[in-house]
Amino acid sequence: MTGAEPKVTLDLALDAGLTAPEYDRILTRLGREPTYAELGLFSALWSEHCAYKHSRVFLARLPQSGPHVLQGPGENAGAIDIGDGWAVVFKIESHNHPSFIEPFQGAATGVGGILRDIFTMGARPIALLDSLRFGELDTPKTRHLVNGVVSGISWYGNCFGCPTVGGEIAFAPEYAGNPLVNVMCVGLVRADQIFRARADGPGNPVFYVGNKTGRDGIHGATMASATFDEHAEERRPTVQVGDPFTEKLLLEACLEVMRTGAVVGIQDMGAAGLACCTSEMPARSATGMDVELSRVPQRETGMTPYEILLSESQERMLLVAARGREEDVRRVFAKWELDAVEIGRVTAESQLTARLNGDVVAHVPVDLLAEAPKYSRPTAEPAALAELRAFDPLTLPEPGDYGAALVELLASPTIASKEWAFRQYDQQVGVNTLVLPGSDAAVLRVKGTSRALAVSTDGNGRLVFLDPRQGAAMAVCEAARNVSCSGGEPRGVTDCLNFGSPERPEILWQFAEAVEGIALACRALDVPVVGGNVSFYNETNGQAILPTPVIGVVGVLDDASRRATQWFQGAGHRVALLGPTNVSLGGSEYLWTRHRRLAGRLAPLDLEIERRVQGAVRAAVSAGLASATHDCSEGGIAVTLAEGCVTGRELIGCTAALPGDARADLTLFGEGPSRVLVAVEAGRVRGFEALMAESAIPWRWIGTTGGERLVVTVGGKTVVDVDVSRLEGAWRHGFERRVA
Amino acid sequence: MRFGVVVFPGTWSDCDFHYVISEVLHQPVQYVWHRERELAPFDCVVLPGGFSYGDYLRAGAVAGRSPVVEALGDFVARGGLVLGSCNGFQILCEAGLLPGVLTRNECLQYRCQSTHLVVENVETPFTRGLRPGQILTMPISHGEGKYYADPETLARLKQQNLVVFRYAAADGSVTRASNPNGSLDNIAGIVNPEGTVLGMMPHPERASETAMGGTDGLLMFQSLLGSLVEDGSFLKR
Repeated sequence: MTGAEPKVTLDLALDAGLTAPEYDRILTRLGREPTYAELGLFSALWSEHCAYKHSRVFLARLPQSGPHVLQGPGENAGAIDIGDGWAVVFKIESHNHPSFIEPFQGAATGVGGILRDIFTMGARPIALLDSLRFGELDTPKTRHLVNGVVSGISWYGNCFGCPTVGGEIAFAPEYAGNPLVNVMCVGLVRADQIFRARADGPGNPVFYVGNKTGRDGIHGATMASATFDEHAEERRPTVQVGDPFTEKLLLEACLEVMRTGAVVGIQDMGAAGLACCTSEMPARSATGMDVELSRVPQRETGMTPYEILLSESQERMLLVAARGREEDVRRVFAKWELDAVEIGRVTAESQLTARLNGDVVAHVPVDLLAEAPKYSRPTAEPAALAELRAFDPLTLPEPGDYGAALVELLASPTIASKEWAFRQYDQQVGVNTLVLPGSDAAVLRVKGTSRALAVSTDGNGRLVFLDPRQGAAMAVCEAARNVSCSGGEPRGVTDCLNFGSPERPEILWQFAEAVEGIALACRALDVPVVGGNVSFYNETNGQAILPTPVIGVVGVLDDASRRATQWFQGAGHRVALLGPTNVSLGGSEYLWTRHRRLAGRLAPLDLEIERRVQGAVRAAVSAGLASATHDCSEGGIAVTLAEGCVTGRELIGCTAALPGDARADLTLFGEGPSRVLVAVEAGRVRGFEALMAESAIPWRWIGTTGGERLVVTVGGKTVVDVDVSRLEGAWRHGFERRVA
Repeated sequence: MRFGVVVFPGTWSDCDFHYVISEVLHQPVQYVWHRERELAPFDCVVLPGGFSYGDYLRAGAVAGRSPVVEALGDFVARGGLVLGSCNGFQILCEAGLLPGVLTRNECLQYRCQSTHLVVENVETPFTRGLRPGQILTMPISHGEGKYYADPETLARLKQQNLVVFRYAAADGSVTRASNPNGSLDNIAGIVNPEGTVLGMMPHPERASETAMGGTDGLLMFQSLLGSLVEDGSFLKR
């Protein structure tokens, strides 16, 4: 791309991903043809990835405020007050497209990007969670992707020094051509020391800090705003290359320079790099910026203004300092052996002016760049959906051996232990992790206080596919329920909305319905959405992924010592099932694993019951009445019971009696919302019963822990009677055996 | 007892050691920047875990030649104690303060997991309060923890009783299955002949509080404190 820059024409604008009306709008506002560098700015900043142009009208439906919200959407990350003067800063983001093209670096830089979003707010990252989706493990390509993504996450997070404490990995054929890599990061900051991505104060110096700029990642944002075809691999040069060591230095330098009081505003150079920061920061402050591109530290020679502006080289920040405090900035970054170069000034005129050796190469109103067109495209329910929903799973044959069916389900990669991945991640650095990966939610203490944070991510694409509104609401409920099971009160949500192309009405319908479902659930549970990310165009050759909103929930435990985990703690504990009895095999893991069917209806969701069940579980945990609590979701009550038996340090059997005269596969493996399994020590049974009576929720005792077998009766008839060591073997090795 | 916790660019267990020493043990502790050479204020210098200088070249190779590590030689000669954990062990080997080398894990993957250690040598200030054969539980977190030494060095380590910890099963038996990284002879930690420089791959600072799942790491720190006699010198072997 060196040498003479091409003349800008409509054809070139179309090649750059803009539409003809968008190009017209640029011509009208500028009153002239854009320069090549300016075209690059619009191409990146008006991409779906940066501008949310197809999603904004829908996202306005989400509740975004509340008494604890310190920062809602629109900044690098959201922030919630957790008490004692502390705030938690968190966000989830996708790196799906790069991870398919180059899984190791794609996933690694996904981790790097979200870490910067957190520490640019002034928070120290304390936890990472990864929500991953892949095709089924029967192809070498998928195994390569899983290995690459997991080792990329491991490499970046471990070297940087932030523990990976949770997340999920699920498999479905719809993700084969478009794996999902969603990474959530949680950080801690004093509530009165949050930094924002602003460029206030005309005359203030603009510093480029961190890594040098190269040609890597140019057009990353544009690439993430298009679907894939068989030539996807040719886009490898658009994937960035990470350096976690430099990121660690950048973290320490940023937090140190923030403490000097010299920082006015700071933003991560993520998607669309310098172009994004130099337009978004002044746009938030109604100012402008005048920058000299030749001063940008470069690791390659002969880079054009276009390349310098659009490079997505990693581990860089744009920092606006207070005038007169330049030396403080230089001193701190010199200590950490990082570049900190003054490349320009904040201006009163709301224009982005970029120069190369003094010559203006771009001169554009920042509001024009920052305010991309918004679209409200047509939506339409997919034609085949009604028929799929009408399918009755009970027309399929019943298993001959329910014990074997349970073993098979526990060994399915989506349900089986993910230890193979998690043992590659540092889970404890920072000495905060009170509950390690493997329970419903991870729990991290807040040092210097009695409090702890509980965090979980969830999102079941099959349920959302069959019923986007309810499926997405259930994702919010499940993530919040996991937090409640650990004893935490849900305080805030971050969402990563992974969908196909919004230009297709049926995909946009899925999206609109899902956002509505998230909004309904968040309102019912009183948890605002404080940040997130939309990832469209997850399609290869016209095959879209399952619609997959991934929901991250952060909750607070006022007393860190009052927490619960999902595994049974001993024999002789009574086992209760809280929540409604209505379940369905529609969209269930069982229906897919055993019958390879994705069809049927979901069991109904009652958000008021959901809210009360979560309140009852939290009350039981905080009163010390529950020895174990476990969300009942994928695989139904049978899998939930089995997980209680086998996921702890020692194996513990259980005998359970499930009522009803429904077919046993529906009772055992049917899935439904708002259900939680709770184990209670014998001495606390009375107290627990009293608490449940107050809670006004449906619940019943279903069994007792102990012995070496899991024995389950349905309607009085024994249907499962299996040695727990056999269940444990299936669960422990089901995933590893297929991936390693 | 005055502790110094060394901070290299890329170190990340520094805050954890600092926290345990100050908040759990209530001992005075300071961070020591990697460019420092002045170690006289300290009784014990900790080289924590992390990826010093990005672990470029080899794990610990660059840090092993840094100003603060060059100053460790004199510090040790004057009787100072050095605890290197994880990356700290790698650095001590790279600096020649301990023999051998830590190489890529045999499984070729990073490993973060709980391990059992059997105590082989209680005649060091770090292990004086432990029993021979005592079994400790501590986590590891590393990609390059496979200890290797040439046969002569290994023979000398054994002959002089310089192996302090071996990876073991829960019952203390030293087995191949209990070796998480392929270390020679299941070696998890060694000392210099004077017993004053200990290198180990596991993380004692992550096993120093009940809330974090165990306090066996604290036993090591308590041994250290108990090794300090009234005049400020250490009980030596």
